[in-house]
Amino acid sequence: MRVEIAYKAHLPDGRAAKLLGRLRSHCNAEIPDLSIIDVYLINEDSCSPSLLADLFLDPVAQEMSIDSPLLGTIRTLWNFAVEVIHRPGVADPVGATARNALSTSLADAAASRDVDKGFDVRSAVMYAVHLPKADEAVRRRIAAALYNPLIQEARIIGQSEWRAGARFAGWYPALVSESSDSVELYDLAGMSDRDLSVLSRSRLLALSLDEMNAVRRYFADLGVVRDREGAGLTGAATDVELEMIAQTWSEHCKHKIFNARISYRDESTPGNPTQIIESLFSTYIRATTDALRPSRPFLKSVFHDNSGVISFDDDHLICFKVETHNSPSALDPYGGAITGIVGVNRDILGTGKCAKPLWNTDVLCFGFPGTPDESLPAGLLPPRQVMEGVHRGIVDGGNQSGIPVVGGAFLFDESFTGKPLVFCGTGGILPAWIGEEEGWMKQIEPGDFAVMVGGRIGKDGIHGATFSSQVLDEASPTSAVQIGDPITQRKMTDLLLEARDLRLFRGITDNGAGGLSSSLGEMAETCGGVHVDLDACPTKYAGLAAWEIWVSESQERMSLAVSPDTLDPLLDLARSRDVEATVIGQFTKSGFVDIDFHGKPVCRLALEFLHSGLPQMELSAVWPRIESRPSTRELTRSDQTAYPADASTLKRLVLSLLSDPNIASKETLVRQYDHEVKGHSVVKPFCGESSDGPTDGAVITPLYDSKRGITVTHGICPRYGDYDTYAMALCAVDEAYRSHVILGGDPDHAAALDNFCWPDPVLSAETPDGEFKLAQLVRACRGLQEACIAYGLPLVSGKDSMKNDARIGGRKISVRPTLLVSLFGVIVDARKAITPDFKRPGSFLYLAGATRAELGGSALERAVSRSAVDGPVEPAFSTVPTVRLEEARSLYRAVALAIDEQLLLSAHDLSDGGLAVAAAEAAIGGALGADIDLTAVEPDGPLVRLFSETPSRFLIEVAEQNAVRFEKIMAACVLFNIGRVIDEPRLTFAVPDRLVFPIEELSRAWKQPIEDAEGAAQW
Amino acid sequence: MVGVCVVTGYGINAEEELCEAFRRAGGWVREQHLHDLLENPALLAGYRILAIPGGFSFGDHLGSGKVSAFLLRRNLLVQLLAFVADGGLVIGICNGFQVLVKSGLLPDLQNRQLPEVSLVHNDNGIFQDRWVTIRANPENRSPWLRGIGAIDVPVRHGEGRFVTANNRIRTVLHKMNLTAFRYEGANPNGSEDDIAGITDRTGRILGMMPHPEAFLASTNHPHWNRSAVDAEAAGAVFRNGVEFVAASGFE
Repeated sequence: MRVEIAYKAHLPDGRAAKLLGRLRSHCNAEIPDLSIIDVYLINEDSCSPSLLADLFLDPVAQEMSIDSPLLGTIRTLWNFAVEVIHRPGVADPVGATARNALSTSLADAAASRDVDKGFDVRSAVMYAVHLPKADEAVRRRIAAALYNPLIQEARIIGQSEWRAGARFAGWYPALVSESSDSVELYDLAGMSDRDLSVLSRSRLLALSLDEMNAVRRYFADLGVVRDREGAGLTGAATDVELEMIAQTWSEHCKHKIFNARISYRDESTPGNPTQIIESLFSTYIRATTDALRPSRPFLKSVFHDNSGVISFDDDHLICFKVETHNSPSALDPYGGAITGIVGVNRDILGTGKCAKPLWNTDVLCFGFPGTPDESLPAGLLPPRQVMEGVHRGIVDGGNQSGIPVVGGAFLFDESFTGKPLVFCGTGGILPAWIGEEEGWMKQIEPGDFAVMVGGRIGKDGIHGATFSSQVLDEASPTSAVQIGDPITQRKMTDLLLEARDLRLFRGITDNGAGGLSSSLGEMAETCGGVHVDLDACPTKYAGLAAWEIWVSESQERMSLAVSPDTLDPLLDLARSRDVEATVIGQFTKSGFVDIDFHGKPVCRLALEFLHSGLPQMELSAVWPRIESRPSTRELTRSDQTAYPADASTLKRLVLSLLSDPNIASKETLVRQYDHEVKGHSVVKPFCGESSDGPTDGAVITPLYDSKRGITVTHGICPRYGDYDTYAMALCAVDEAYRSHVILGGDPDHAAALDNFCWPDPVLSAETPDGEFKLAQLVRACRGLQEACIAYGLPLVSGKDSMKNDARIGGRKISVRPTLLVSLFGVIVDARKAITPDFKRPGSFLYLAGATRAELGGSALERAVSRSAVDGPVEPAFSTVPTVRLEEARSLYRAVALAIDEQLLLSAHDLSDGGLAVAAAEAAIGGALGADIDLTAVEPDGPLVRLFSETPSRFLIEVAEQNAVRFEKIMAACVLFNIGRVIDEPRLTFAVPDRLVFPIEELSRAWKQPIEDAEGAAQW
Repeated sequence: MVGVCVVTGYGINAEEELCEAFRRAGGWVREQHLHDLLENPALLAGYRILAIPGGFSFGDHLGSGKVSAFLLRRNLLVQLLAFVADGGLVIGICNGFQVLVKSGLLPDLQNRQLPEVSLVHNDNGIFQDRWVTIRANPENRSPWLRGIGAIDVPVRHGEGRFVTANNRIRTVLHKMNLTAFRYEGANPNGSEDDIAGITDRTGRILGMMPHPEAFLASTNHPHWNRSAVDAEAAGAVFRNGVEFVAASGFE
């Protein structure tokens, strides 16, 4: 049966209006009108019209037809129609909801249908486009903007074909290609090195020859062979085993580059000392936290669990994790992003004994949305389409999960055109104690059952772990894409939290990259082994090979360890919550991962080998002298003459920086995130009189009966890395930490996560500058470490993504080396939180922290290099912002004290665009002006005073009566009184020329780009 | 104690703050999974207030609130009507409002539980989270609205545009004073007559798009550090409900 639903003709459809706006700009076509028709296809004919109307139709606003088209009858004004449906095998959550509702409507026995006997519903969307003079090319462009061929199929019918009798189908058979259920054997002993490399490539194992050799040695070991024969296997490796090794040893899961032995040569230092670094992770990241541990008793679980855990108060722990989902988002922006969100939500559920997700935060990095299509290599999605899809995925993923997106950022850079960076973060809360045990601890006993909870296993998301460890190219496997379903996961989340409080399980881990192979492989390590029966695993359809079941990344699944005496209550509870839970094996102490399929063993791998058998990579890194550093940009500039800086140029620069996509308001995009569900929000993404000013981060109070709060902030500044990634890392940590401090956070109660997204840093024919990129990584790690130690900011979790290159159409586009530092901390009394909006006319404004001539990699530099003004640039442009750690630390201590004494009315951290941008944002938010005199600020020079991005600085507003006390607290810091807030809508800078801006003008410059981007996508 | 049943499950996601709001209002609050309620409608008899929170029940997959309304009509309608007839109160917020409207319980002018109004996609087609001011209709005698004037509350929805099936219903709705709240200032979604919430003829069933339960503390208000805000204002809705039931002696 085919059910069609559309809004009644007299009711304008908001969805269609929004889509029309997007199509008109994307396809550059004047489309007069468009209707959206929701289509449901049911593979049997026995549903009564009244039942269908009850389920699908809103009779007030919609009309419905069954097995007769709305097109041509009720909808007459159309020229062609495009029907979009998910490809077979791709999750169709809408169809599944309809199927479940029809099959389980309890009071209507006749309506009850047997899903296991093949009853099914599929959803589709039809777009009827009114565009009288559309040629074939325009139609194709419009259709292309309506669907993603990787996951969807589209059928187009034009008026003339319609008149000739063409119709959309009543059912599309959803056939999924069946894999053989036999298990392939690979006799590695008989293979040459070349054969091994070919095998690694052809099976998408992404293992190096060294690693393949280690696998071969394992299977050649006589003891191993004897043991395998005893267990009913041979000396040949099965495909299940190879896939499990490849997944466990993937860059994604094992962080091989971060654990490599690196020889680092610094040619810029006299004597060219070479240093051997045994592992970046141990040397710079774990060592940082180890050094801070004695002074940071709040640390609970660092690095080894699914997220980092710290204390919140006596009774609660909080945890935080940030993941990237770059490669999937490049292929399917919507699905990639939504899966990124629900995936990192599961990291929180999988932390300790199951934490409750409390906030989402997302940092999204794209190419410029205005990039003309002609300049893109064929096969690459245009950045605005990537941005639109990713944003929609974050909106749906976050909102539907009921987890507020409390903040984040949008970054734009031409280097993100090849692969976007999609950082998805989630924080959670869990009880400090659950029964007699600490909430963060996991426990698994031999004899516990391995239980899979949530969705079923399909072919979606096969090879995600190994795929994300490779360069993106035309041959990237589409099967690597999955689409998360927030509602299935929400049901599972409710069940897990209920089961946790009833203590129905002992251990929990999520099924993300690598699926069961990863989750059960990790859990087996805790107790010493696991024995799994693949035939017990629930699958979406028949025809999955054993290895596919084992490594599939189908979404919304968790693995539990359940003690035999709580198994029945757990399974009962799951049934009553409509969540599938299945025993698929048992934990053991055998020392092996044993897997059976069709009654025969198909895998027996020693845990010791799986987790410790990976040979360490050996890499070299070279930091050249400055003149021979390769760079994405020309850095050596004539620096003798000052940039022409008359008042009108300066004014123009201020306005153009406010319109820089990296700085401009993202309000329209951010308001689409539910940022306050659960009722915890204190500092929201926007603040001020009309709630349109930006904030420096988020503050939430997670407990209804306490004012103790959590801060969430980020630091990220990839352009500084063009000069030196060491400075970039210092600045990223500083930005996250100074935002925490200026929000009112406790300077001694915060922890950070590091997320590295790098271009491939391994020297090879494709990456001739690998040694330099690796040196950039080493330097970034050093900066990260030094800043974290100085601020007492332990690292508790992190992630790295090391292959952010796209090679498409003969071009290689690599991301700028990017480090995201994400921080979560405690604010003792959230009622003391500070926001940037100017509050009170007459109060004093201070610039706190020393300004230096640091404009290298700045927003100004980008504006100038983009603008038509060429010619010499002032010296500041070749100096990258860097952090004076001791000076910054004492500034932060003083500011924290002043906040605690409630001396501050407003405060804004200075970042992109420097003081000029910060002051403009504070004025826009406060709807109040200011007279600012910068002539006393050292060093001299209007560009430096207005735009320098020297870190560790704030713009602070203090009521006149508190000025004396404030200045006393700040006595040891660099502090300039630079003016007052005024009760007039005007912002003035004296530099010494006077630049006068009506706030309306600033506001327009700052908001215009996003309004355009929504309406016309002209960024 | 006034028993308050807050429905959870299947993608409902604003249950925690709604429970807290009723707890502060003095209610004896229990979360009740929708599955349990559908399977055992008699559970409802243990309560005096039924509260359906916001969220995305069933993902809004077939239209907001549609699947919940479908299941509610099939499994719970008789009990629900009896519950209200006995003096019980019902409140649906955001997705809960959509459920009440699409199941025909609001406004139910003809007492036949047929959908007469709807909440459709916002006129700009996008989900928005922003604070608005709403004003209670002084002519509406619903117990939920006693003493309430203007309150600040967030809207967080993509399908909140209130429409009536026809002009007759629109007229009757106003004539009977069944509008409960109207947006003051900017109308965030294109709703007819700026309507943000309505009641049924008895006044015992209230549905509204904005989220009074999201204004639990002064620090929730976007102006909390700019000017004095009345942290108790939005909670009046819940106190009214609990006090009415307590005063009616039907605890």
